Amino acid sequence: MVTVRLNVNGVAHEGRCEPRKLLADFIREDLGLTGTHVGCEHGICGACTIMFNGEAARSCIMLAVQADGAELMTVEGLMRDGKLHPLQEAFREHHGLQCGFCTPGMLITALDLLRTNPSPTDREIREGISAVLCRCTGYQGIVNAVRAAAPTLVAGR
Amino acid sequence: MARREDGRFLTGQGSYVDDYRPARLLYAAFLRSPHAHARVVRIDASAALTLPGVAAVLTGEDLARSAKPVRAASKTPAVKVTSFPPLALGKVRHVGEAVVMVAAESRYVAEDAVERILVEYEPIPVVTDMEGALRPESPLLHDEAGTNLLVSREFARGDVDEALAGAALVVRERFRFHRHTPVCMENRGCLAEYATGSGTLTLRSSAQCPGLVRDVLSDLLDMPEHRIRVIAADVGGGFGAKASLYPEEIATCVMARRLGRPVKWIGDRREDLLATTHAWDEIVEAELGVDRDGAIVGLRAQVTADVGAYSIYPWTAAIEPVQTISFLPGPYRVPTYRGRTRGVATCKAPLGPYRGVGRPPAVFVIEGLMDRAARQLGLDPTEIRLRNFVRDEEFPYKSPSGIVWDRSSFTASLLRACEALDYAAVRAEQARARAAGRWLGVGVASYVELTGIGSAIPVSPGMPIATGTEAATIRFDPAGKVTAVFGVASHGQGLETTLAQIVADEVGVPIDDVRVIHGDTEVSPYGTGTYASRSLVLAGGAAILAGRAVREKMLVIAGHLLEADPADVVMTDGRWAVRGMLDRSVAAREIARAAYTGARRLPTGLEPGLEATRFYDPYYGTASNATHVAVVELDRETCAVKPLRYVVVEDCGRMVNPLIVDGQVHGGVAQGLGAALLEEIVYDDQGQLLSGTLMDYVVPSACEVPWMEVHHLETPSPVALGGFRGMGEGGTIGAPAAIANAVADALVPLGIEIAELPVTPDRLFRLIEHARARG
Ligand code: FES
Ligand code: FES
Repeated sequence: MVTVRLNVNGVAHEGRCEPRKLLADFIREDLGLTGTHVGCEHGICGACTIMFNGEAARSCIMLAVQADGAELMTVEGLMRDGKLHPLQEAFREHHGLQCGFCTPGMLITALDLLRTNPSPTDREIREGISAVLCRCTGYQGIVNAVRAAAPTLVAGR
Repeated sequence: MARREDGRFLTGQGSYVDDYRPARLLYAAFLRSPHAHARVVRIDASAALTLPGVAAVLTGEDLARSAKPVRAASKTPAVKVTSFPPLALGKVRHVGEAVVMVAAESRYVAEDAVERILVEYEPIPVVTDMEGALRPESPLLHDEAGTNLLVSREFARGDVDEALAGAALVVRERFRFHRHTPVCMENRGCLAEYATGSGTLTLRSSAQCPGLVRDVLSDLLDMPEHRIRVIAADVGGGFGAKASLYPEEIATCVMARRLGRPVKWIGDRREDLLATTHAWDEIVEAELGVDRDGAIVGLRAQVTADVGAYSIYPWTAAIEPVQTISFLPGPYRVPTYRGRTRGVATCKAPLGPYRGVGRPPAVFVIEGLMDRAARQLGLDPTEIRLRNFVRDEEFPYKSPSGIVWDRSSFTASLLRACEALDYAAVRAEQARARAAGRWLGVGVASYVELTGIGSAIPVSPGMPIATGTEAATIRFDPAGKVTAVFGVASHGQGLETTLAQIVADEVGVPIDDVRVIHGDTEVSPYGTGTYASRSLVLAGGAAILAGRAVREKMLVIAGHLLEADPADVVMTDGRWAVRGMLDRSVAAREIARAAYTGARRLPTGLEPGLEATRFYDPYYGTASNATHVAVVELDRETCAVKPLRYVVVEDCGRMVNPLIVDGQVHGGVAQGLGAALLEEIVYDDQGQLLSGTLMDYVVPSACEVPWMEVHHLETPSPVALGGFRGMGEGGTIGAPAAIANAVADALVPLGIEIAELPVTPDRLFRLIEHARARG
């Protein structure tokens, strides 16, 4: 067993786990943050995407021990003062989700995109979110949501 | 209107099966067969059982002592009934079949234990080719069937042989629609808890049909239904993949009952690709005869489906092949028809329902034939369709396979699609592109789909279980808020929103005052679940009936409170008032409170309480239709197909929530496009799965899906309550055909027809090379 100390959504955590434990499983099982989903466990679907030291990363292909000392943000960390993040609002308004399974990874990925490219074209949005597979929406509502949220995020900086 | 379920999904508070973690939970893992066909000689689990943290191991023989084998029964002799043991019994029939189950303190330990189990197999010859499986010398999958031909059926109308002999033109093709799989982003999973004290079993499952699973578990486990609760809370996509009963569900229940501890199994993606039902794997040989004007005189076809190793419960192996042959005539007047269909067992994962069931291949075939005929007659593809659609004055129209189409908008949807696209301008642009040596194509596909099926016909042919009804319970509490409970189950469709909209309208309260509960057999009225584009038609219809019953009672109570004749009470702006005297009114809350106060505040003899449960049976069901038009360009270097425009004009009758309808179309089209261009389940000739990861089974990402332009016609269903027509599957039905036709249209200069899907770059490359060699 190894000890992992990390900060998740602004809260310090310490946990003990086997060295082989995946970060995604650690987040879900040891920290109880079940918003991060696992869809493939081989780095393709993007459902498990979280912010790792400020950048989007796939938690299913990392070990929990690799996150020792790291700062993470998961979907649970998006709300502020009990209010939805503007990106979450936009997903709701533009029907950017159906079953909701890809949504946490999609939100984090879109946030990462808008961080590096605050006013992307539709093509750039599609490329940016292509790291996450969604089987329900055909991506149209998601593209609409990201496009709509971009100026709000810029204004909020 | 934005969806009411979104709040929890956006904040990571959904409750999918894997999110539930009761105390004393055990985690399950399955040892799966590495062989496509082999006898199981010996299983030695002793090394697994000594591993610390392992609670139990279950083999097929252990399981057979606690549960009956699954047999997807059928009333028709067209279907051979075979067993599907939850854990292999005696032999394995496909790679990935579950052989042994382990329950341990963590999934990690469970998988360690799986690795320590020794299974001795004796391989037997494998058959993976559906036509080969029909030869007398082929290895046999199910001895009890005596043949690999599990399904065979024929539909006929008139003398098609004579009609084709006299036709001005007969076009024929051997079409191949390869094997696909739904790929829900949430893998399948389930969690069983058995309360030894009360003798109750609770199964949480990523299931589309909790009611159906409850009913069959009762039989298999020999427990009364009222002691079994099946919960499908949040489910991460279904698309048909989660509509069947699965071996892991049964095994998990047996394990939990045996150990008296909760047991959870969450499939990984490999297990999903290996052991979730596959789809659409068919060869269709078809001939279409037309007269000089392009009017259809006859259609003759034979469908052969590779149904895989097992007949699935409850749909049986017949669901795909029979639907394909039933829907082949499409929205057209087909005076003579003979359609034969065969379902053949091979050593692959079972074939099951996937969005559209049978119709994506059927539409690919009929629409491909229509285009071939049009090209040979020098007609525009839109023209030949307009000449053959069932005309508005001909509804209701009985199709050659016996399905009755109610009033639909076949012609209007095509005309509207041409207008939305500016068809003439696109054709002109195509001519310019062609002159410049570019490969640009336009593809049209029209279809009609049977939806919201009632009790007149089974959803799958010969299936003995009843799927023709659903119910709604609508209950006011004394504070005037409404709870509406349904037996259907949402897995992304937004039923918590659309059904709440219907209920709110019926009982005259704001939508925020309605809470919809679904997917829990313990609290819902009897029902089966969500599949076959039925939920809005059946559950929506039941909501209307239950809402009406509640409203009637509210009128009586309101009349009493207002000292007026109930016939004079009207509902306006959320208040119940006396007609012509709108200041004399009561709120729903006051009516509800009175209803629960008892005799003192109610008219004499009126039963207290304010709730109703009503069942709805749409009997024959209804139909949706649409026209899809795709414009694609082929890259001359890479042979990649790039969709440039995609237009859908669909008619789902009265729309409750246009945003949700659009979303269903978008998602459906994306799946159809994946099916047409990217996705393919591939086995080698030894039955090894070669597409066992999402790297190999390519699901479209945002970059591959084009912008979609969706338009609606709203022809209310003349037969379904509320005028609804189901629509969840349509996008996937039209897209493969529209894309295939567009690709063929782009390649007209080379004389290439598309008869095989997916039309991947390497297939296209070979077709083009071949055409060039031909000159
Ligand atoms: S679960 Fe991590 S990428 Fe799919
Ligand atoms: S909303 Fe279901 S996978 Fe994206």
